[in-house]
Amino acid sequence: MSETLSETTAPSDINEDKKPGSSLAEGSFPAKGSFLAEYTPIAKDGLWSNNAVLVQMLGLCPLLAVSNSVINALGLGLATIAVLILSNMSISLIRNIVRPEIHLPVFVIIIASVVTAIELVIHAWFHELYLILGIFIPLIVTNCSIIARAEAFASKNTLGKAAFDGLMMGLGFTLVLVVLGAMREVIGLGTLLSNAHIMFGEGMQWLTIEVIPDYKGFLLAILPPGAFMGLAFLLALKNYFSLKKKA
Amino acid sequence: MFVAQSSPFLKPELSVSKMMLVVLLALIPGIITSVWVFGFGVLVNIVLAITFSLLFEAVMLYLRKRPIKVYLRDNSAILTAVLLALALPPLAPWWLTLVGSFFAIVIAKQLYGGLGYNPFNPAMAAYAILLVSFPAEMTTLWTAPVMLGGHESLSLLQTLNYQLFNQLPDTLTLDAVSYATPLGVVRTSVINGLASISEIKSTGHTFGMLGGIGTEWVSLAFLAGGLFLLKKGVIQWYIPVSMLATMGFVSLLFGSFELDSNPSPLFHLFSGATMLGAFFIATDPVTAATTPKGQIIYGAGIGLLIYIIRTWGGYPDAIAFSVLIMNMCVPLLDYYTQPRVYGHNIDKEQQ
Repeated sequence: MSETLSETTAPSDINEDKKPGSSLAEGSFPAKGSFLAEYTPIAKDGLWSNNAVLVQMLGLCPLLAVSNSVINALGLGLATIAVLILSNMSISLIRNIVRPEIHLPVFVIIIASVVTAIELVIHAWFHELYLILGIFIPLIVTNCSIIARAEAFASKNTLGKAAFDGLMMGLGFTLVLVVLGAMREVIGLGTLLSNAHIMFGEGMQWLTIEVIPDYKGFLLAILPPGAFMGLAFLLALKNYFSLKKKA
Repeated sequence: MFVAQSSPFLKPELSVSKMMLVVLLALIPGIITSVWVFGFGVLVNIVLAITFSLLFEAVMLYLRKRPIKVYLRDNSAILTAVLLALALPPLAPWWLTLVGSFFAIVIAKQLYGGLGYNPFNPAMAAYAILLVSFPAEMTTLWTAPVMLGGHESLSLLQTLNYQLFNQLPDTLTLDAVSYATPLGVVRTSVINGLASISEIKSTGHTFGMLGGIGTEWVSLAFLAGGLFLLKKGVIQWYIPVSMLATMGFVSLLFGSFELDSNPSPLFHLFSGATMLGAFFIATDPVTAATTPKGQIIYGAGIGLLIYIIRTWGGYPDAIAFSVLIMNMCVPLLDYYTQPRVYGHNIDKEQQ
């Protein structure tokens, strides 16, 4: 059953006609010919062509709320990556035991337990970050991109692929989160990576960059409307590139 | 003489370009009064806003591959710029006008598809963004009106020097040329219970004969301009009348209980941007409701919201927020107030 399922879930529809990955793989790794061909589309999907935010428009609530600085964005992004990898792996492991009728409750329980564990980790080792991110760490449970990947990918694929998919989807989410965070922080405060110490320790204060010295600040970028506008511009940019590629 | 022509046979009385021009013409008494009351800063703001707005409009039209000359000639960018400039504090630094023009033209107007497609009033969207983003600059840079004693007024050069280079003459401080706006005083002292209206009246710094000191004259000039627009048929009476009547009624209702802690209806009508808002901003044909019944509800909603925000909200004046909130309701209002099409639903009408 698992065999048929994993075959039906071609991770992407982009490489149907052209398979650059496979030809490349055959040349360099004759023994693992199918490895790259199977994993490249997953990476491409997660990072760009099926990006959780820019294409699927999932997980917007934490994205809009937490992207007011690079460090906050990075913190939530890394937590989401960890949750995605762990939940995808656990679900992939039990995919043959769980009947489709009870997928949803089982997946939710697994995701909730993973999030709780991650929350405790952040609480213990990154307490200041925990205070800033606050409710948005437990709310990772409700991030739709996680349950979406569990249902659409992890429940139909092998352990390795599911873990890799979790990593790539999480990276794609984090990437957008950090870019949006950087945009809002530069425009709103004129700095980059402020409060770097709450994530990397007291020794890393030098990471903070003052992009625009003596900046008055542009409050709108920090407030929620700035998040919506920034996301809109990122979406427009993504669509622009996609359309250009098609033409 | 007998050339066959296809419809329409009747020429519209006013083109967009001409209509905007008439509205600009109607603004002139208000502009002159503002310059008289608040100094040359108003004029500098208008010139800067028009320059920036036309520039942004041209750039956006070029990027959107639209005919630049045709759309620049419709005067809508100029009108937006003037309305924004009149809402800004007279000593606004040049970059405030730049950011405001950018949001009005690029974000609120052109990104939505240009004139006719924007759901929100561009000037008010820009004003709201500026007010939220730069609260200090937007509230403290009002020059004291001429009729207020004990304050210095700036010459045109001094005003330019401050707005462009942030430099005041050595002998003057900002406090010597600026004042707390009447609505601001009422907001911070009266409504918070720090002072009663009669106490403030005795200082002579806030109240004029009708409304706020200084702003009452500007309001009267805008009222005159608005009446001219009504007479010309450029705007209909529905929105301004329902808005002003609602404001007057609600402030009379609440004001008649405790006279010393509630400003009078006249104060509400002749302070801040009430008149400018009622005749020139709320009546924007693109963003306002289109049916007569819808326009009456739209105007009443704005009037009610202004009173609510002025009295219980966090800001002294609320034209921008009220107009934007009612802009959001316009599709709904237009949908539910559609007049019956002739010959349809006759039964309903007879009941």
